[in-house]
Amino acid sequence: MNAIPKDSRLRYHCQLRQSAAERRADTHPLTWRLREDGARVGLEEYRDKEGYRAAAHALEHCSSADVIDTMKKANVRGRGGGGFSAGVKWGLTQVGDHLPRGYLVCNADEMEPGTFKDRLLLEQLPHLLIEGMIIAGYANRSRFGYIFLRGEYVEAAHSLAVAIEEAREAGWLGSNVAGSGYDFDIALHTGAGRYICGEETALISSLEGKRANPRAKPPFPGQSGAWGKPTVVNNVETLCNAPAVMRHGADWYQGLSGGLSDDGGTKLYGVSGLVERPGLWELPIGTSGREILERAGGMREGHTLKAWLPGGGSTGFLLPEHLDLALDFDTIGQHGSRLGTGLLTVVSERQSIVSLLRNLEQFFARESCGWCTPCRDGLPWTVKLLQALERGEGEQGDIEILEQHTTDLGPGLTFCAHAPGAAMPLESALKYFRDEFERGVTHPPRTAHADPIPVGEV
Amino acid sequence: MTESARHIASDGEGFTLADEDRRAIEHERDHYEQPQAACIEALKIVQRRHGWVPDAAIPAIAEVLDIGPASVEGVATFYSLIFRQPVGRHVILICDSSSCFLTGYEELGDALDKRLGIGLGQTTADGRFTLLPVCCLGACDRGPAMMIDDDTFGPIAPDDLDELLEAYP
Repeated sequence: MNAIPKDSRLRYHCQLRQSAAERRADTHPLTWRLREDGARVGLEEYRDKEGYRAAAHALEHCSSADVIDTMKKANVRGRGGGGFSAGVKWGLTQVGDHLPRGYLVCNADEMEPGTFKDRLLLEQLPHLLIEGMIIAGYANRSRFGYIFLRGEYVEAAHSLAVAIEEAREAGWLGSNVAGSGYDFDIALHTGAGRYICGEETALISSLEGKRANPRAKPPFPGQSGAWGKPTVVNNVETLCNAPAVMRHGADWYQGLSGGLSDDGGTKLYGVSGLVERPGLWELPIGTSGREILERAGGMREGHTLKAWLPGGGSTGFLLPEHLDLALDFDTIGQHGSRLGTGLLTVVSERQSIVSLLRNLEQFFARESCGWCTPCRDGLPWTVKLLQALERGEGEQGDIEILEQHTTDLGPGLTFCAHAPGAAMPLESALKYFRDEFERGVTHPPRTAHADPIPVGEV
Repeated sequence: MTESARHIASDGEGFTLADEDRRAIEHERDHYEQPQAACIEALKIVQRRHGWVPDAAIPAIAEVLDIGPASVEGVATFYSLIFRQPVGRHVILICDSSSCFLTGYEELGDALDKRLGIGLGQTTADGRFTLLPVCCLGACDRGPAMMIDDDTFGPIAPDDLDELLEAYP
């Protein structure tokens, strides 16, 4: 069907910028097994590289509680952006032994603008994810696992389907996994578009074959998720951390960050935007934005850094002066943004924040599931105001309405985190680049009644 | 997709689920606790054969899954990769998210509009291409990026378009 060869300079091939020589098993638990040629690591090669030893150890020597305890001690925090402790989440399904065994769902619905990390693991190291899911499933008493993969990741779907089959044939999936008495299998579930599917409860709705509307919490999925059963939803990168934690222990994992952060482990960091060498690196968690930007070769010639998003479109803008902050959950949270997925989107001095924000809010408006009013109506309103300001046709009061939206679309006033995610870059842009918005205001209020709307606490 | 298949599908009438597709949907159904969960995959199975999902396919899918047609319709209209009207032989998904926006999505989009003579959501008169926007493609390190059918490309300069599109007759 496609006459363009696979290695065409045009064709996208997900790659890590670190060479095999730079990556070691004891310092790069996520990526040391990757092949230099970027091809999928098959079962045999994965086994040669210590594959499935962690799962074998966990199933043979640990109880569910032991695994959860190790994960809690290691404090593996959710790499999908939430930063919630994976061990605690796995433990939530243990409340009351009367609960039926439930489901483990791997969130591989990577659609956050600026985020391209899980694709690497899905395409090239599918067995690492499967091993992580076996460990997680065993710990949280899941009877079955689903990999919820976005529909556009065609190569990842192929890679995962082959790997699942290989694992099943080798006895790592199915009944009595590796002779342990534990039954666990995995099915690949591919989506059909819509960013909201990445939200934990919306993902469960979508998995059940419904519109991807989020659900009210409580009950939390740990008690009542897919088909009313206890359900754990974890990001790809989170699950891929589990084998190394079980193999080397919590203390080792904690030590990986080398004192850069109170958090442990490594993180897949990356950079996109007008930099010399955009890409992806596995680095100790807590590495600074400056170091990551330097690995990307700095800004392209003729450009200087104006602002950056630390981890996708739903995180707040940071400034060049924030580059030395440790990129971990708490530090970035203390500075008015979120680590999110840890992939930097950089903005050049020559690029307009209002235009970028308009692009971001258009994305959020388009992707709102429409379930609750603030999100469904507030986001298109935001886009209209930003379009007017971008054209230099804004009216007095527009900025105040945008400010009010940062409150009205904020946490607690909507069903899920979609609109609060959209409010975060808006709020930070108004804080740091208000002059750019003011330049877009050239008209008086449209009518005499259009007094500025009272602004709530921002 | 053959021309005859497209014709039947476009009519919206006389739709019958191919035996192979019915078996594929029934197979998917077995992966879940409840059959409705196979709904999205069922729509994709129909779409793979016909290029899009005609109205008449909805009750056929509903029957296999033993759910109401309205449930299937609700799902079919929600997801952006389920097409409810005919699309071209090749679907171009252009990433318009932040990283591609910062690396030249708008110039690429303009060049595509000019080259194909269509805007987003439209199909070329010869039925060759349909152009649609898509959520961040996860190819941010090589923006601006786009997909043609199952293939992802990036970064794409407007000058690359001719060579790229040629491969999709």
